[in-house]
Amino acid sequence: MDKLISPESLLAAAEQVYAQGQHPLTAMFGRDETAQGAGYAIYCCFELPEKKDICVVKAAFEPEGSLSYPSLTHAIPAAAWYEREIKDMFGLTAEGHPDLRPLVLHESYPEDFYPLRKSVRVNAKVRGERQFKMRTAKGQGLFEVPVGPIHAGIIEPGHFRFSQAGESMLQLDAKLFFTHRGLEKAVEGKTPAEALHIVERICGACSIANTWSFCQAAEKIAGAAVPRRAEIIRTLLSELERITNHVGDLGNMPAGVGFNPAISLGSRLKEQLMRLCEGIAGNRFLRGMIVPGGVRQDITQELIEEIHSTLDDVAEGVEDLAAMFREQENFQNRIRTTGIVRTKTAKDLAMVGVGARASGYAHDSRSDFAYGIYPELDFKPYTKTMGDVAARLLVRIGELSASFEMADKLLEMLENCQGMPLCADVEYCGGEAWGISESPRGSNFHFLALDGAGRIDRLFVRSASYPNWPALTIAVQGDIIPDFPLINKSFELCYACIDR
Amino acid sequence: MFKVLERIFRDKIAAESISLKGSARFRGRLTGTAAADMLPQCQAVCPVGAFQVQDGDYQIDYRKCIFCGKCTDICAAAVLKEGIQADNLLHCSNEDAMPYLVAAGKEVLAEVLHQKLGRSLHVRHLDAGSCNACDFEMGAMSNPYYDLHRYGVAFAASPRHADLLMVTGVVTRNLEQALRMSYEAMPEPKLVMACGACAAGGETYGDTYAVLGGADKIVPVDIYVPGCPPRPPAMIAGLLAAADMLADRMK
Repeated sequence: MDKLISPESLLAAAEQVYAQGQHPLTAMFGRDETAQGAGYAIYCCFELPEKKDICVVKAAFEPEGSLSYPSLTHAIPAAAWYEREIKDMFGLTAEGHPDLRPLVLHESYPEDFYPLRKSVRVNAKVRGERQFKMRTAKGQGLFEVPVGPIHAGIIEPGHFRFSQAGESMLQLDAKLFFTHRGLEKAVEGKTPAEALHIVERICGACSIANTWSFCQAAEKIAGAAVPRRAEIIRTLLSELERITNHVGDLGNMPAGVGFNPAISLGSRLKEQLMRLCEGIAGNRFLRGMIVPGGVRQDITQELIEEIHSTLDDVAEGVEDLAAMFREQENFQNRIRTTGIVRTKTAKDLAMVGVGARASGYAHDSRSDFAYGIYPELDFKPYTKTMGDVAARLLVRIGELSASFEMADKLLEMLENCQGMPLCADVEYCGGEAWGISESPRGSNFHFLALDGAGRIDRLFVRSASYPNWPALTIAVQGDIIPDFPLINKSFELCYACIDR
Repeated sequence: MFKVLERIFRDKIAAESISLKGSARFRGRLTGTAAADMLPQCQAVCPVGAFQVQDGDYQIDYRKCIFCGKCTDICAAAVLKEGIQADNLLHCSNEDAMPYLVAAGKEVLAEVLHQKLGRSLHVRHLDAGSCNACDFEMGAMSNPYYDLHRYGVAFAASPRHADLLMVTGVVTRNLEQALRMSYEAMPEPKLVMACGACAAGGETYGDTYAVLGGADKIVPVDIYVPGCPPRPPAMIAGLLAAADMLADRMK
């Protein structure tokens, strides 16, 4: 805890640490400490890149006291969603928030149901009704296009309400959190080892990032030192996950414009990578590798060779794919100047990952924080400045070559530390800590608090898609509605891990 | 343009015959035996209640199993500790657990993959609260290696055009209505597949305020596919068995 304050002074304290955006808001969440004799609390986590650290500002509410606090959203736009979520989950109200509609809980929940309060049972099946109004633009000749939650393709569920001026999208409101499974409540009372299978299944595409952030936090609390070989393997898995997802995205983005040869080549390369992942982990999504204290399975010499040969093949395929993109002029026509996010917007919304880096905002946990083997790899974020679909495509291609290089170095390191231990013993005690890692979509932040018996009292998960979703709704403004699938795919935001 | 064509011709045909065997490390169907005193420990360590002990032997409920390998890990650890030789110790084989036909009360046979022609099935996917792994694998079925179209199976954009509703994920409160409405919108005869441990067993995350459980809590399920997520070959076997079921119902 870096700063403990009262709720009334939260705004002033947060603005001071925020320093006009120098220290972006990484996460903001509530906690119920009534079991410890205190009241509710709100944690604001700011990133301090110059110190490679996070500053935690905690506002503690008096037990039985007022449940409102001044909203940060006007000063720190990135706080908008977090404050809505805190209202849904704990019933703490941000006074002066411009849009306090529900976020996570839809119509079937009653108005006064706050699931993350300790007084609510984990399996409380309370039924009720609440309003969830979509935001639309009104005016002569304007019309609405409702889409979802079930889409025409194989996509995750979300409801989009487009306000159209002819073909142009004037405004987009997204109703998300359809796959909200109550995972932060589900892990409460479990030990980190018992909760691991749930954390691993928050999101399919970022299993490694989620487990790594979670285990980092658990290991910090327990004071466990992860063996070097395990750190190398974790870093390698993280890069493999990035390569698999980025290659998948390169094959998926052309699907937004029906560019079939590229879809076919991209999905073929992705399948090769998925099979490689299965060879390493026994699961095509790399599940069952990272555990608190280290990793569960070794990467043998045989596997090292298999990784080398698959990555060489895929690297060649990615070059071909990049050449296809470059030379297909009608494809270039569609992706250039489409779905622009400006640098200022990216910083205001505290965007992360590919979305941020394509808008000239060099945000990357691999260089902003010291974790895994990254400090030894001399890594620099890859950025573009245009902020359009083309920039997001190019950032992925650029990052892929960096990842291929890093994987080579990591494999060499692995060969030089054969036979070293894979996992340290972890003894849990009470405490709280954060963990962060760079998922393929951007920084993945976990906050973990354990009680005296080493059981989870609070887990907060902020995946990379969380801060980027609001940016998507801004990026589409003014573009034509047929470009929406393309813009959406260029962000490749995940629903499951924001919904939790 | 010419470069694109040249690249297409350079690739050979990738479509391959479907194999229900994964890589050496793949955690599939459980096999082998465990000492009687280990069985209760296996049951206790199973996070989803799939491992059941009955009459001194074990049974796996493949609807629920997430193939995490915790039960096999503790057996291996115990053997290592005691230093005894154990033949055929409980372990995950690298074979996919097969899809299960609810009405027939039996598993789908691998032979279903051999008959390729003479089927047609239109599938509507419905994510009822999944982690997106099943959905990614569903997308992978259309890649050049598995090439789902060659079996006469296609994904439909609307439930009104679908023969089969392929449900993934534990059904969440926020998606309950979408699942009901999609099912009701389908024409008869219609089938429902619960794909993956969440939709089939509903125990992946335990019982929370936000989930209702497996797909069969809301709609009648005809076939379920085990796996977390199921590999594409297992999904394809399930789809082909469903196509055969549909043909029987149309007779």
